Amino acid sequence: MSPSAGAAGIKAANQAALARLVEARPMLVDCRPAREALGLEGRRVLHAGPPLRWERACPTIQAAVLCAVRYEGWAADDTGARDLVTRGEVALGPCHHAGAAGPMTGIVTPSMPVFVVENRLTGTRAAATINEGLGRVLRFGADDEAVVERLRWLAAEAGPLLGAAIRRVGNGAGIDLRAIMAQALRMGDEMHQRNVAASSLVARLLMPALARAAADTAALARVAEFVAGNDQFFLNLAMAAGKASTDPCLGVTGSTMVATMARNGSEFGIRVAGLGARWFVAPVETPRGLYFPGFTAEDANPDMGDSAIVETAGLGAFAMAASPSVARFVGAGGLAEAVRATEEMAEICLGEHPHFRIPTLDERGTPVGIDVRKVVETGVTPLINTGIAGKAPGTGQIGAGIARAPLACFEAALEALARERRS
Amino acid sequence: MSEAASRVPALLAGELRVVNLGLQAFASDLERRGVAVLHVAWSPPAGGDLKRAALLAALDDEEDADA
Repeated sequence: MSPSAGAAGIKAANQAALARLVEARPMLVDCRPAREALGLEGRRVLHAGPPLRWERACPTIQAAVLCAVRYEGWAADDTGARDLVTRGEVALGPCHHAGAAGPMTGIVTPSMPVFVVENRLTGTRAAATINEGLGRVLRFGADDEAVVERLRWLAAEAGPLLGAAIRRVGNGAGIDLRAIMAQALRMGDEMHQRNVAASSLVARLLMPALARAAADTAALARVAEFVAGNDQFFLNLAMAAGKASTDPCLGVTGSTMVATMARNGSEFGIRVAGLGARWFVAPVETPRGLYFPGFTAEDANPDMGDSAIVETAGLGAFAMAASPSVARFVGAGGLAEAVRATEEMAEICLGEHPHFRIPTLDERGTPVGIDVRKVVETGVTPLINTGIAGKAPGTGQIGAGIARAPLACFEAALEALARERRS
Repeated sequence: MSEAASRVPALLAGELRVVNLGLQAFASDLERRGVAVLHVAWSPPAGGDLKRAALLAALDDEEDADA
């Protein structure tokens, strides 16, 4: 994306960046292997968050990378996989640098099917894997044979069938994700911790197309059960939609709006519209929340995942008032506290979303367009709804909660913005 | 006595309506005594960090100049 704001001032630049973000039209247009969709060739493994060296990766991300290497058949066991990675024969890189957004560990490898979302406003494309479901799954760092088997089934059966179905919807026009998200907000979703409504809405559109695309009724039944049985099925679509909507803002010269927020289990990173592809990072915090039976805060891994792109786009914790049931689930109390969370996020945003409206706030739009200056000025940092992974490798999900972005990212970005204006 | 100071006795003689800026504890104390308080959450820009506050002011000045 070439800079378009030229030497325009901050106000005009922020208006331009915000308009690009809120007027994005993310459409689900395909599902196909990452090798085809992202040009992911050779032994490459994508991970969540800002760039991460293997030695600095937390054990949970390391376990997921090793599992992904086994899944691809590049090594027979973890020992062989670790050898390949440490010798540099498996290349690691951030999803965000490859056109993707990955939840939690964010692992993407070439044979994994990914949903492809196209922003019709700009032509920008972004991808995300198929959500595997809850509990012991690769994105939460689980790494046993059942995880690998599910990934192989997704690649062999679910991905191709979902791709065939999506390409049929609307004679190839795709599925309007913005319309689904706007509707789902009115049905109690915030599109990060709660996607029950959005998953149901997209399933309603997909099922007839799946039935038409399937040659094998047993395969159709398996895929239909998988889609219908996963309340978080839509999360990855919301993330791809978020990335397709925020990426075009990178490169709007002069803008102080945040265009990316992501975590890799070690660091939290942001990118700013007016500062292009540069990351500003700080140590990531561990979420606070509720734990599954048998787990406590002591077992929690520091925050990770590209899913904070949902908050960057004005959903998730920013839309908490639309989803009071989530506020309770993530330990933030009831409706009053949910409203307070949304109102607090409004303090650090440039505007309200014209399409994502919250019925419980008299139809006000969700706060959107985080302004680096407002974060530093107020000390109010973005709130993120998140799943919690176990810090012991291979554990999987142990709970759900909320995390704050560290202020230091925004302070570093502010100083860079000031330098940029002086130069 | 200044004009402002001369108004204080009358102010305190009537029902108090208070706008409290900054520290919540002052508002809470008054509320416990049944005084109507509107609390405004406020803190110094950038938490009182003068260098960053100056950067913010410079960027805000530029925005004002754009407007």
